[in-house]
Amino acid sequence: MIEGRTGEWETVIGLEVHAQIVSEAKLFSGAATRFGAEPNTQVSPVDAAFPGMLPVINRHCVEQAVKTGLGLDAEINLVSVFDRKNYFYPDLPAGYQISQYLQPVVGHGRIVLDMPDGSTRAIGITRLHLEQDAGKSLHDQHPSLTYVDLNRAGIGLMEIVSEPDLRSAQEAGLYLRKLRSILRYLGTCDGNMDEGSMRCDANVSVRRPGGSFGTRCEIKNVNSVRYVMQAIEYEARRQVELLEEGGAVVQQTRLFDVGRGITRPMRSKEDAHDYRYFPDPDLLPLVLDRDWVDGLRAGLPELPDAKKARFISALGLSPEDAEVLVAEQAPALFFEEVAAGRDAKLAANWVVGDLFAALNRLGCGIERSPVSPAQLGALIDLIADGTISGRLAKDVFAEMVATGADPATIVEQKGLRQVTDSGAIAAAIEAVLAREADKLAEYRAGRDKLYGFFVGQIMKATQGKANPTLVNELLKERLAGQGPA
Amino acid sequence: MSDSLTQLTLAEARDGLARKVFSARELALAHIAAVEAVRPLNAFITETPERALAMAAAADDRLAHGQARPLDGVPIAVKDLFCTKGVLTTAASHILDGFRPPYESTVTEKLWQAGAVMLGKTNLDEFGMGSSNMTSHYGPVENPWRRQPGGRAGDNRPLVPGGSSGGSAAAVAARAALAATGTDTGGSIRQPASFCGIVGLKPSYGRCSRWGVIAYASSLDQPGPMTRTVRDAAILLQSMAGHDPKDSTSAPLPVPNYEAALSGDIRGLRIGLPHEYRAPGMPGEIEAVWQQGAEWLRRAGAEPVEISLPHTRYALPAYYIIAPAEASSNLARYDGVRFGLRVEGDNLDEMYELTRAAGFGAEVRRRVLIGTYVLSAGYYDAYYLKAQRVRALIAQDFAAAFTQVDCLLAPTAPSSAFAIGETGDDPVAMYLNDLFTVPASLAGLPAISVPAGRSGDGLPLGLQIIGRPFDEAGVLRAAGVLEDAAQFRDLPGFVAAGRRIRDRDDSHHLRQAGS
Repeated sequence: MIEGRTGEWETVIGLEVHAQIVSEAKLFSGAATRFGAEPNTQVSPVDAAFPGMLPVINRHCVEQAVKTGLGLDAEINLVSVFDRKNYFYPDLPAGYQISQYLQPVVGHGRIVLDMPDGSTRAIGITRLHLEQDAGKSLHDQHPSLTYVDLNRAGIGLMEIVSEPDLRSAQEAGLYLRKLRSILRYLGTCDGNMDEGSMRCDANVSVRRPGGSFGTRCEIKNVNSVRYVMQAIEYEARRQVELLEEGGAVVQQTRLFDVGRGITRPMRSKEDAHDYRYFPDPDLLPLVLDRDWVDGLRAGLPELPDAKKARFISALGLSPEDAEVLVAEQAPALFFEEVAAGRDAKLAANWVVGDLFAALNRLGCGIERSPVSPAQLGALIDLIADGTISGRLAKDVFAEMVATGADPATIVEQKGLRQVTDSGAIAAAIEAVLAREADKLAEYRAGRDKLYGFFVGQIMKATQGKANPTLVNELLKERLAGQGPA
Repeated sequence: MSDSLTQLTLAEARDGLARKVFSARELALAHIAAVEAVRPLNAFITETPERALAMAAAADDRLAHGQARPLDGVPIAVKDLFCTKGVLTTAASHILDGFRPPYESTVTEKLWQAGAVMLGKTNLDEFGMGSSNMTSHYGPVENPWRRQPGGRAGDNRPLVPGGSSGGSAAAVAARAALAATGTDTGGSIRQPASFCGIVGLKPSYGRCSRWGVIAYASSLDQPGPMTRTVRDAAILLQSMAGHDPKDSTSAPLPVPNYEAALSGDIRGLRIGLPHEYRAPGMPGEIEAVWQQGAEWLRRAGAEPVEISLPHTRYALPAYYIIAPAEASSNLARYDGVRFGLRVEGDNLDEMYELTRAAGFGAEVRRRVLIGTYVLSAGYYDAYYLKAQRVRALIAQDFAAAFTQVDCLLAPTAPSSAFAIGETGDDPVAMYLNDLFTVPASLAGLPAISVPAGRSGDGLPLGLQIIGRPFDEAGVLRAAGVLEDAAQFRDLPGFVAAGRRIRDRDDSHHLRQAGS
């Protein structure tokens, strides 16, 4: 809710996400799709719309779109149609984009958001359709000319359209992150917004709570989650101010100015294109076999929601840890490998706590973790079998991160094996108490807090290797009066 | 020798080459000379004599080694709508100035693989849009036929060859090529075949690949053979047809042996005569040729049956919505950015406007405008969508007819060839030429035009046989019977004969042709 001068306003948001399909070849040609190639080196005559060239649908791209539809819990349309969206622009070689207009390959679906208060909220997906990307116009290569790079022209995109179900910039952020997570799990889009493989248009309007929808503005082509949230925040406030001043929102397309953090008009409805959509006569309707779709459904990986539920119910993790672990597939897989046959909560603590902190410090992803799941598992095993204390394990872990060595090797080399010889511990206790006779007297006089001090001194005296349980046991016995004063 | 070489049918030439009566080089030389001799007809945009000789040499080599391919050494012309690798490809449009495709169309590639020899690229209506060949940027093509004195008194004006495959039709009729490729969108193979007294076959939509054929209206365009005999059409189609994974609309069907289908036996065949195929003002002689054709087929044992195709009258208007709609989109790529003509302007929009205004002729501009209009928001349902419904009804008409009959017989065109300017400059009057050819195009059916008689003033008149989807074999069989009965043997007034050319005298002459 936005608190205006005249009362509360509700923001209504629908998002259109263009997700680049993970595919070696383009949607309708065999040209490559590698990011960052030299301009115009990944262009076939089909992509450049040379005379007589014809599109042929890339089966893999269709498979990716259907998998994504299934991952979004959506209807798969067994018959869909490719249409031409006609407009002139130099980076659109054919003068039309092949897209899907009236009959998309994927229909209604949903994405479940995990709200900060622990509740969930389902956001409707209107549709997902396949379409070609355009090329790139480069306006900064020459003072008066525009250069065109067609490497991107014809690359397959999934346009994923949400219902106007989102109510805040924060929800929009959660939606985008969840969608990206699902796409990455499925391997259908790498979700790299900075490389442009996921781009977002946001439709924003405001209304009085429970009122009818207001006039919307579309903010085009925003390329980070943070910017989408900023743009929505700004745009909603702009509309509220406009309305409260007695003005009206004009339906228009706006751009987000990253530098100034504002949206500004790009074109209004009056000069909107008439795209003259019609079915592409070069392509037959896309007809899918139900068994093929069912086969894809059966082969889907476990997706974040299901994984999170399983981590909580079967492995006993806290919802917070589970959510952090499943946000991306790699940490979830890493965790599962560590947890296999071990205390899952302990494993989660190590992964979410120490490992993530270390990776953060190193600034690397879990794929390049210096500690392998097997090594972290071995460390946990050393704690479990009493070879090292949990406290010493932290040191061993730090050494593992620094050197990549196995924990057992580190424990051996550094002589960190835990001391469980009660005689040796008792001797250390005696030495400490003898040295700290004053403190012992204070303790006896009632300063109970000094107990911890003694423990610390004893651990120090044993270089931390003394078994903490034994230390406690023997120290308590000793202080309770048994044994020498 | 060489005169007679250009008079051969494709089948005769093939057999003569096989029996080594003459070489592919001799055949090529005779036709290279013929191509030059028919230059007054303006049938070719580009002549490729050097390529022809190189291909003929390769064919001779294979023939000598007993490795002959189906069309080895057969010189043909290619409509300049087929992309030919490294060879200027124009679509008869100014906007494709200097365009040399880096690829070869599937159909021509198959023909070259079969051993055919390329003589050159033939003239056409710009982008295939026209029924007279008058819309070509490279000037009109002249029909090798003229009216005979005594018809319309004293009228010996040059006539149009029909269109859009007018250059191909004129070249084949004038004996400058044994055969040619054409493309048919609404009659562009059949109508010029009728006007020039040759055979023209539009295969079923999807029978021949459209890959590498410059698009006019994608849901209608279909390549096909243009020849002097039905057998030649069967032979050429054999090497043109077949599924192409690069064309999603090409049919994944086996290709039968078309020549073997020419049994001449049509006993028991039921032939439908659609009574809607009568145009107001259609000359009585066309009706007479039609009746004559039905009678010939009856005598051969077939059974002519009057049938009705009730939605025929809506076919032409539907066609002139659907085809321009697709064309307006297909021609958007000619924007001056990547190939062909560019006229610089002060900004992007101006460059587009100047380039397209200069690059497209009047008829192309008209169809792009019509197509843009009928696809516009607010008009789409009333025009494009309704036309598609009409199209479905037309197809249903044919499907219903084919429950009663095996094929249809009808006139190819409502008139014989006309003179430039004779029909006035009303584009709608010009569109009426397509009246009888458009319905089969909309339904995607195979249809062949066969010369069946001559008008009172001596011009060829064609009849078409329309068949069931992918029944080119049946269409060819019936057409063969019609051809046998019609005994159309007449030569046009202008043929590439009358010059005796010997091989060794040709070197000087060839340098000119190839320069």
